[in-house]
Amino acid sequence: MNTISITLVFFFLFVYNYQAVSAAPEQMVTLVDFRNESKVQERFGNQSFRMERKTIDLEQGWDYMQTGITKLKRILEGLPEPQFDSEQYMMLYTTIYNMCTQKPPHDYSQQLYDKYREAFEEYINSTVLPALKEKHDEYMLRELVKRWSNHKVMVRWLSRFFYYLDRYFIARRSLPPLNEVGLTCFRDRVYNELHSKVKDAVIALVDKEREGEQIDRALLKNVLDIYVEIGMGQMERYEADFESFMLLDSASYYSRKASSWIQEDSCPDYMLKSEECLKKERERVAHYLHSSSEPKLVEKVQHELLVVYANQLLEKEHSGCRALLRDDKVDDLSRMYRLYHKIAKGLEPVANIFKQHVTAEGNALVQQAEDTATNQAANIASVQEQVKTVSMFLLVKMLSNLVIHVFFLCFQVLIRKVIELHDKYMVYVVECFQSHTLFHKALKEAFEIFCNKTVAGSSSAELLATFCDNILKKGGSEKLSDEAIEDTLEKVVKLLAYISDKDLFAEFYRKKLARRLLFDRSANDDHERSILTKLKQQCGGQFTSKMEGMVTDLTLARENQTSFEEYLGNNPAANPGIDLTVTVLTTGFWPSYKSFDINLPSEMVKCVEVFKGFYETKTKHRKLTWIYSLGTCHLNGKFDHKPIELVVSTYQAAVLLLFNTTDKLSYNDILTQLNLSHEDLVRLLHSLSCARYKILTKEPSTKTVSQTDSFEFNAKFTDRMRRIKIPLPPVDERKKVVEDVDKDRRYAIDAAIVRIMKSRKVLGHQQLVSECVEQLSRMFKPDIKAIKKRMEDLITRDYLERDKENPNMFRYLA
Amino acid sequence: MPRTASKTTKKRSKPYTVTSSDTDPVPSASSKTKKSSKENDEKYKLFNKYANTSSGVIDPEGIEKLCSKLKVSHTDIKILMLAWKMKSERQGYFTKAEWRRALKALKVDTTKKLKKALPELEEQVRKPLNFADFYAYAFRYCLTDERQNCIDIETICQLLDMVLGSTFRDQVDHFVDYLKIQNDYKVITMDQWMGFYRFCNEISFPDMTNYSLELAWPLILDNFFEWMREKQA
Repeated sequence: MNTISITLVFFFLFVYNYQAVSAAPEQMVTLVDFRNESKVQERFGNQSFRMERKTIDLEQGWDYMQTGITKLKRILEGLPEPQFDSEQYMMLYTTIYNMCTQKPPHDYSQQLYDKYREAFEEYINSTVLPALKEKHDEYMLRELVKRWSNHKVMVRWLSRFFYYLDRYFIARRSLPPLNEVGLTCFRDRVYNELHSKVKDAVIALVDKEREGEQIDRALLKNVLDIYVEIGMGQMERYEADFESFMLLDSASYYSRKASSWIQEDSCPDYMLKSEECLKKERERVAHYLHSSSEPKLVEKVQHELLVVYANQLLEKEHSGCRALLRDDKVDDLSRMYRLYHKIAKGLEPVANIFKQHVTAEGNALVQQAEDTATNQAANIASVQEQVKTVSMFLLVKMLSNLVIHVFFLCFQVLIRKVIELHDKYMVYVVECFQSHTLFHKALKEAFEIFCNKTVAGSSSAELLATFCDNILKKGGSEKLSDEAIEDTLEKVVKLLAYISDKDLFAEFYRKKLARRLLFDRSANDDHERSILTKLKQQCGGQFTSKMEGMVTDLTLARENQTSFEEYLGNNPAANPGIDLTVTVLTTGFWPSYKSFDINLPSEMVKCVEVFKGFYETKTKHRKLTWIYSLGTCHLNGKFDHKPIELVVSTYQAAVLLLFNTTDKLSYNDILTQLNLSHEDLVRLLHSLSCARYKILTKEPSTKTVSQTDSFEFNAKFTDRMRRIKIPLPPVDERKKVVEDVDKDRRYAIDAAIVRIMKSRKVLGHQQLVSECVEQLSRMFKPDIKAIKKRMEDLITRDYLERDKENPNMFRYLA
Repeated sequence: MPRTASKTTKKRSKPYTVTSSDTDPVPSASSKTKKSSKENDEKYKLFNKYANTSSGVIDPEGIEKLCSKLKVSHTDIKILMLAWKMKSERQGYFTKAEWRRALKALKVDTTKKLKKALPELEEQVRKPLNFADFYAYAFRYCLTDERQNCIDIETICQLLDMVLGSTFRDQVDHFVDYLKIQNDYKVITMDQWMGFYRFCNEISFPDMTNYSLELAWPLILDNFFEWMREKQA
């Protein structure tokens, strides 16, 4: 029985030793010599075989243990002492085993457990603490590392000698295991005594390193490991006894640094230093702090360096964020982003300054355009004034055209510059600011501010539409390659996103598109379609459906013209003897035009009838409304010197054709024969008798048309050209466009309110207004007052009612 | 007795609209109860005194006559209150049923008693609950055409002065000034009319510190508010 149990123990030990060696190969002290393994086994076997179970009393047994412990201490102290051989080790273990397995009252388990602890305490009090206390600073740290490592060895070996306690006594009583008792002794006696001094020493070294001195990082690593190991799996000791102090110290260290740097350094230098510090602190963690300290430490440092002085830093007058933006310091701005994007809300002030900067630049562009326009206009006006005194009417006229032209050029330049501005800062957003949403938003808001300003009385929506027109029409002022046009159109459409009155843009765009299409002024069909595709992508199908309809209408009209010509070929009787081209358009797609009942000359009436006849063969139930104001006529003027082809509007032609039958007509004759308004007739007669080409001579020969004048065909008129176009100045359509848009908006608001209320039935005032704004914002930014007005109108029309209890609530009346 | 009881409940339950049964020829005229028929006779006598014999209603001329007997102006608020009590539907005309309704409620059967009852009626109308109803009625009473739903500014100014003049003098004066100066509105709707009453009751005047442009006040009051602010600045 005995033999078996001892053999078992031996086997166990053997394995245990083996593990110990392999687990700690760098161990400073080797305690067991395994060189004569087989001999040990043999001798041990013999001995145990002879052993009698004699009762060992405590004193005797402990004396024996004491010899082992003393030997261990001597080895630890580095005194000349042979290492433990296996036999000694066996004996120590066996002694404990025997003392614990004797029948009570000779079971000394409890006493041995206590003595085990006392052995540590005695060693610490007599040797470890005095050794540590006589050393200071870095030397103390070295001593501590050595002592800790020795202590661990001591714990390992003592706990092996006493191992039997762990197996039965401790397990049964649920006491702290031997290993823990050993470590606790160190913690209670040494660590608790010294950790504060140690911490100070470590922090002093850290600060030294921060100042650029070389320090023993491995030493610090070992010291800090003690804090971690002493926690026995918990980080509490490290955090409470070291980390919190270290963080405080770091904070005050960087606080001092920051307060002097912020005074001395420029913003870029400060950022460079900060970035460097943060990098070094991260390295510090990697080298010797516990990895869990990194976020905390970085946060502290960021706070002291970047958060505390954020305002001062960003607002530095000659080198702050504004200055960096002004001087295009792309690298510094990127650094600013890198530093601040990790800080909660850190980017907000940067984005704010960015927004202000872009807004200021944009406003400056708008102001510049406005100034140039008004200055030049004023210059021209003063010249005009001087000229007027010498009464050179033509020149005055030219000059006022020049004013319009100058304005036009200013606006073209403005849009170009705004596009450039957008390109420039988009690069900033994408590259310096990593496409962060905050900066996209800032850019958008900035552009929304100045893109919605009016310049010299024109809204940005109109300017943008004019800009597009200038690119898309034949002979526009800019000569660009196809790619450049595509690119510009793309950018214009992007700018449109910032303009709140998109409906106004659409209306102006449609007006201009109509002119391009109807007067054959569009330079390139592909570009027309391409911009519509872009607009459609950005603003939705509803936005472009009319415009697309217009382009399609024109294609259909061309086909229609071909079949009309075929029809005329097949019906020679119907042919009016005049070339006639009719463009049939769909009413809803095109801007609304006034259609007067002008009395057309009989030749034209015939043309109209012929076309009606043709059109009825193709479709039924469709009503043709003729818009003569958009027509063009080519007349052959048989002047005395030579015949000249006159390209005129249908109205002008109607006036001129009256003179085929009579030589002289009074203003009133013409008025009654044509059935025109005064306003239109004056404009027409002016273009024919007072402008550059005087096809009619006016009696009296003044520069303006009055209702008492009379007119005569000017047979002596001639020109060096064979074909001349007599321009008819267009009426200013801006007011009408704005009115149309206003009307459309009323409908749109009504529709939005009814739509919302139909689904919600009952809704608070503010909510209704905000939902309405939301719904409409794709097209325009509705005025709150306008919405209120529409709501009140809907109340009177019984679509809505105010709630009887709560006047701020509305109910939908189905 | 039970009939009269049912009559009063009907009247209470329909404070706004005049139902057709109310305007029916009065059945109680042929009632067997001597006392009540006698009462009715008295009221009819009084009615007939002012009514136009051919049309069978009291027309503007009759009202004029009544006013002179009562010694009040026909633009006096008391006449409007009487009309409210009658639930008179048509401006300037009282029908027999309307007449009966009011006189019965006021428990009067002679002009003299009616004259005496008028201050009492005014007191009754001035009670907050009744007044809101009366205020709304005043607007409706001025709608002469069936499809009409708004009243011209000039009439509104007079009406405001008459109806709210004694209680909200300051507000009415300023608002009337504003209405005469502005060009945005030519007529006032019921919603705006009721809004102004709410304004008088809820908004401290003339500082208007608790007025908010964010709330659902009719736009005309927003404009009035801004106009006042400008004037005060």
